[in-house]
Amino acid sequence: MNDSPLLTLAGYFALLSLFAVGGANAAIPEMHRIAVDVMHWMNDRQFADMFAIAQVSPGPNIIIVTLIGNHVAGFAGAAVATGAMCGPTCLVAFFVARTWDRFKEARWRMAMQAGLVPVSLGLIGASAFVLARSADHNIYAATITAVTALVGFATRINPLWIFAAGGLLGLSGRL
Amino acid sequence: MSDSTRSHTGTPLSAAARPSLSELFRAFVIVSVSGFGGALPWARRKIVDQKRWMTSQEFNEAFALSQFLPGPNVVNFSVVFGSRFGGAPGAAVALAGLMGPPLIIVIVLAILYSRFGDVEALSRILTGIAAAAAGLLIAVVAKMAAPMFVKRWNSGPVIAIAAFIGVAILHWPLPWVFVGLAPVSIAFAWFKR
Repeated sequence: MNDSPLLTLAGYFALLSLFAVGGANAAIPEMHRIAVDVMHWMNDRQFADMFAIAQVSPGPNIIIVTLIGNHVAGFAGAAVATGAMCGPTCLVAFFVARTWDRFKEARWRMAMQAGLVPVSLGLIGASAFVLARSADHNIYAATITAVTALVGFATRINPLWIFAAGGLLGLSGRL
Repeated sequence: MSDSTRSHTGTPLSAAARPSLSELFRAFVIVSVSGFGGALPWARRKIVDQKRWMTSQEFNEAFALSQFLPGPNVVNFSVVFGSRFGGAPGAAVALAGLMGPPLIIVIVLAILYSRFGDVEALSRILTGIAAAAAGLLIAVVAKMAAPMFVKRWNSGPVIAIAAFIGVAILHWPLPWVFVGLAPVSIAFAWFKR
């Protein structure tokens, strides 16, 4: 194995990008496993903080990889992690986009599309579980999570309001 | 391309206009900086409602493809969309527009975090946001899962639960879980009818 953090970042995130069906939210547990459990780049709380920062930043939520890269190896790390997470999948998207329409009625295409939905559902469910465990250190935080889940399921409220409420409760409460 | 009314895939473009590279770039900059908590609604508003570069149907198909591909969905979408209208340069400028501004913003936030992350108040605010974000993700999962569990018996819930257990409980690496489950799930979908 090499011990250059930039190569490690590039390798991990390039591989991850090709298996993350369901996007950024499906990739969270694997990022957590690598950054906290395997590489010990950060602790649970720092990971949850970075997720929170990525959520309240404008733009794609995958921007959390930029934060992880930056934490590990500064600006170069940020650039390498972001490039590795977007590069391989962008190339795939570019080439598939040119041929995809031709197979609109193909049975294998429909089977692939339908077959990947439950996989990505399970992965996103795992993300929710891993994040809740990282963020919910006590009954206060767990209550915020539970109430947010109900509100998010029952309404179409803009997530920014929910984040604002969560932040205020965090500030005033006993988290 | 000799026939400018057709895309390179051969499908007629029913939408009105064809964006230039700089229009593509600016559109995705706006989508990225306004897209708190997911850029999809903003992308639809910009591309379908305001600019009329795509019909609603074309947008849905392009986005379904982006969701099906691995990796970040909106990033894939910028490449699929950009390449349809401007080939490789179009894909590059759309991607640059989408990722450029958030990269700069998040780096600034990271610098602030490294300086003030230990401040008690900030740490509590972030924990509150993270707890709320976890709850929102649970809501997303519940919305996705609802149609799968009301249908008559199918393989969907079994596959979803197996993926969940593999990743969340057993902490297996994502590539293993994917390689183990995706072919099974696709095979079920293949033989279902």
